[in-house]
Formats: sequence, C-alpha cells, structure tokens
Amino acid sequence: MTNANHLPLGVMTRMAWRNLWRNHRRTLIMLLAIAVGVWAMIFMTALMRGMVDQMIEDGIDSLPGFVQIHHPAYRDDPSVENSLPQPGPALLEALQSSEVTGWTSRVRVPAMISSERDSRGVTLLGVDPVGEVALGFDPESVIEGRFLQSPDDKGLVIGRKLLDRLETDLGKRVVVMSQDPENNIADRGFRIVGVYNAKLAALEEVYIYTGRSTVQTLLKIDGQVSEIAITGHDYRDVDKLYRLVQNAADENADVRSWTELDTYLGLMLGVMDGFVLVWIIVIFLALSFGLVNTLMMAVFERVREFGLMQALGMKPAAIRLQVLLESLMLLLLGLLAGNLLAVASILPIQDGIDLSAVAQGMEMMGVSSILYPALKLKDIILANVVVIFLGIITSLLPAWRASQYSPVEAIAKT
Amino acid sequence: MANIKCVELCKNYQQGDAVIKALDHVSLDIEQGSFVCLYGPSGSGKTTLLNMIGGLDKLDSGEISIDGQRVDLLAKGPLADLRLHHIGFVFQAYNLIPVLTAQENVEFVMQVQGVPARERRKKSLAILKEVGLEGMENRRPAQLSGGQQQRVAVARAIVSQPKLVLADEPTANLDSQSATHLMELFRELNETHSVTFLISTHDERVMRYAKRLVKMQDGRVIADETQAPV
Repeated sequence: MTNANHLPLGVMTRMAWRNLWRNHRRTLIMLLAIAVGVWAMIFMTALMRGMVDQMIEDGIDSLPGFVQIHHPAYRDDPSVENSLPQPGPALLEALQSSEVTGWTSRVRVPAMISSERDSRGVTLLGVDPVGEVALGFDPESVIEGRFLQSPDDKGLVIGRKLLDRLETDLGKRVVVMSQDPENNIADRGFRIVGVYNAKLAALEEVYIYTGRSTVQTLLKIDGQVSEIAITGHDYRDVDKLYRLVQNAADENADVRSWTELDTYLGLMLGVMDGFVLVWIIVIFLALSFGLVNTLMMAVFERVREFGLMQALGMKPAAIRLQVLLESLMLLLLGLLAGNLLAVASILPIQDGIDLSAVAQGMEMMGVSSILYPALKLKDIILANVVVIFLGIITSLLPAWRASQYSPVEAIAKT
Repeated sequence: MANIKCVELCKNYQQGDAVIKALDHVSLDIEQGSFVCLYGPSGSGKTTLLNMIGGLDKLDSGEISIDGQRVDLLAKGPLADLRLHHIGFVFQAYNLIPVLTAQENVEFVMQVQGVPARERRKKSLAILKEVGLEGMENRRPAQLSGGQQQRVAVARAIVSQPKLVLADEPTANLDSQSATHLMELFRELNETHSVTFLISTHDERVMRYAKRLVKMQDGRVIADETQAPV
C-alpha cells in the first residue's frame, strides 16, 4: 500500500499544464500580469542600480580614487598648510601591488580665477596628467585644445561652463590667485590651453587643472602635495586596498576609503541592495492579489473534481500539491516572459538613455544626464526567487481550500 | 474479502430549518461476493448509504465495518487508502476528470496506486475495449456522449479489480445493449473474482442481475430479499 497516494509527478505536471489552459483568457491575463510585474522589477532595478552605480562611480572619479591619503588636519582645514610629502619608499612599494590599478598625487587648493570680464572662486588642482587618467579622468572630455602634458605643464585646463562664465576663450590668459603657507597671496597668469566637459556639468565651474610642479612652485610647497589618491579593481570591495595603503603610509597620515570620504555615496551602495528587495516585494504584493484571485477561481470551478479525486483515493496533501504545481507552472511561465521582456528592453538601451531634458535635476542628485542601466545577474535571480517563493506562499491558501472539501459535498455540487 | 456490516446507521442533513433523515437506524450485513441492489424512491437514502459505506461522508451515529475494520472511525488518510485500494466508485454523475483522456481517466486510480506504466496501459486498454470504447482512448470527456462517459467511469471503477464496487445508478444514460453489457461485466467480476457489488438503481434491468434486493424508503430498509439472478 502506497503512503504517497498521489499521481506521478509527470502526470501531475501534465494535468497542471492542461488545467492552466482550461480558461485561456484568465490564464493569459494572469501571465501578462506576472510578466509585466517581473519586467518592472528587473527593468526598474536595472535603471535604479545603473543610476546609483553611476552616481557612485562619478563620485569616486570626482574624489578621486578608492583610497586617499591626507595630512591629519586636511579634512578639517583643506588649506595648503596641511600638505604632506610625496610617497616614501614603503608607500611606493605598496603602490606597486596588484591591488593598485593606479595612483597619483595632487595639490588641491581653493583659488580665485579672473578673466578680463569676471572672477570666480574655484578649486585649483595641480596634477600629473598620466596619474589623473589612471584615476578616471577621461582625455576625451577635453573638447577644445588639449589636456596637460606633464606635471610641469604651465597651461590651464578649465571647464566649458567656467569658460562661458568668465566670458573668455581658449588661448586667452587668466589670473589664478591663491594663498601660500605663509598666508601670502600667490598669483600667476595662465594661458587656457584646454576646455573640458564634465559628466556633472556643475563640476565644470569648480575644478581647474594645471601641472603639479607649477602649483608647487606657485605656492612654494616644493615636494608637498594635498592628497595621494589610489584606485583599485572594485569599488565595492576596498578593504584589502585600504589595509595595504594604511599599513604602508606614514603613521600620522590620514588614510580613508571612499565610503568615508563621501559617506552619502557609501550609504547609497548599502541602501541600494535593500531598496531593490523592497521594490521587488512591493511589486509582487500588487501581483499577488491577482494571483490569489485566479487560483481561487480555478479552485472554485473544480470543486467536484477535487471531491472526485479524494473519493478515488487521493489524499488532501496530494490535492494541495496539484494546485501548487499549477501555480508554480503559472509563475514559471510568467517569469520566463517577464525575464525575456526585461532583457529585450534593457539591451537596446545599454548605451544609455539621454535625460538631458531633466539634466539639472539629475545633477542635483549627482547623476549625469545619460543614464546607463545596470542589468545584474544577482538582481534577476533575486526577482525570480522572490516571485517563486512568495508566489508559492500566496498559493497555499487556494491549495489548502481545494483540499478541504468533503468528497460527498464536492461531488454533489452542480 | 469485503464483508460489510452496518449497525444502526443514522445520518441527518439540515435543509434550511428542516432536518432530513437520510438514514434512520439502518442495519445491513453484506457478505463477500454479494451482488446487492438498493432500490426505492428518490430520497430514500440509497446514495447516502453508499457514501457512508465508501467513507465519503460521516455518520451521525452507528457503525460500519468492512472486513472487521471500523470505517466510521478511520481518519482521512486511512479512508483515502481504503478507497484507493479496495473500493471502486461509480457515481450518479459521471465524474470524470475533464483534462484527462478516457484512457488517462481509467488509469488514474492505478497511477495513484503506483501500478507500473506498461501494466496500467494494458489493463486500461483492455477494460475500455470491454466496455465498448475501443478507439476512443484519446478522447476527453467533452468529446464523449453521456453514455460513453458513464462507461469510462465504470471502467475506471473496475479496472483494478477492487474488493467492493459501489455504483450509484451506473446504467443511467446507457442504452439497453450497453446496460446489459455492463451488467454482464459486473456479473463476471462478481462470479470469477468475488467482487462485492452494491448498486443503487431504479433500473429493473440491473435489478434482475442482483442476488439480493434491498428496498429503502425514508431512510429505512423496508424489505430485504434474495432472488435468483438472471
């Protein structure tokens, strides 16, 4: 005597498939609802994650770097007095590690730039152009003229928006004024040799670039820099890089990862995963009402059938399993359609969606006006797992209901 | 073996404010190998008695034993086992599973029993041929006439040669020839395999095959006589 009292799985699957199509219209509507729900889960998550990833990446590029080293007092007072020396032998050796994909040292000071027409407060960056590119500066962003050619370069590269504000032009001269460690005014004339576009247009009015040595000479801080920026392989996992740099840097130096340098960005990374889960669950909850309704209708229509099955010897648990199998089949079909729809709608926009119409709003959030969706396998898996898991949970009530009919009452129903 | 012992069975149903006495102290012993017909007017309690013996409904009072086992005390699981392995049902309405073909409906119980596929197929095709449905194995119930559906239900009930067959109006919607053929099949099972038949019917053609006739009225047994079957 069998203890299972249920049909072989193949037969139950066949029955489940056929039962799904007893009412084509209802099944198709439910499939559409699941597919659209799954599409929304994956598509919107890809957009949001793309936006956040971009925000973080752009933010890190602006810092720049995954890890930075500063003078201990620099973060409270980012003035030229709080400078630190170039990397020593120990740090230089650590910076050769495979964990490091690029590094540079910079001088960063507040300054005033003046053209013949206007003046603006800016941040003067004295850089090594090779190092800047390694840390994310895009040479293609220089839309007129050229970028710097060496740390000794005496030319000035400014942003397009700043160029317009100052009502000046490529090739013209401007004056840049700052303060040296003695609190004396340090100023110099520069020729504009390049104009750049930034992903975040607001930054074009903030940062101006010249050679590192040029700034060190201007401010009389030979061999000193404001920060050393280091980048690695994956900004989501900087612990190893951070420990490497911290162990190699001077013990008085202030070493911080990007999550500490920009806590908002760091939080965004942590919050995003949680937000994705909440988003998926909320969409599913909206779907679940339709799913329960569909299954309950299917159960109510088949009361006699369930009574008959019990009368023929199927146990209530087997009937529950039959209904759950139908639900699972519906979910899997809907998931397949939804996943395909999501991938098909994301792939064509992988090169980015132009949101320049709302560029100002996007920039306020620290996001550029081109939005790149980020389709991650873990998000697809999460959406599918949540739909299946919660879908089965949602189906338990109709399944239980189907198994509770008394055979004689059920068979007697017309 | 399927010795059935019913002692003082009582069952009431509520219909609005009225209480309907479906079974009123019914006592009945049926030996193994019997061929019993229950007859009587509609509402006399025939179907209720069949349902109680088959474990499809719960008694208000009384005892039912099949081969010494108290059916009325069994839980849902053991009752399901009893129905699966020892009882074949033919209901008043045909009660086929709409999404399964005729052959799949016949094989249904055997699949739940765990009978191997080859044996299942062989038996189901043979029994469908026996009931005159050869060539209709792949039709679904919606593609069969009422009589054909009834024959599929009968085929399902008897294919695994249960100890006891409970049939409620099995020849309803069958033409004379089909009805006679069906009863001959029942008789053969009864005589060669000692399958006990308890059939509720109004059909005199069916009653002629019975070895014992039990008349019911208003939930009571009012007559119980043996006869020489046809």
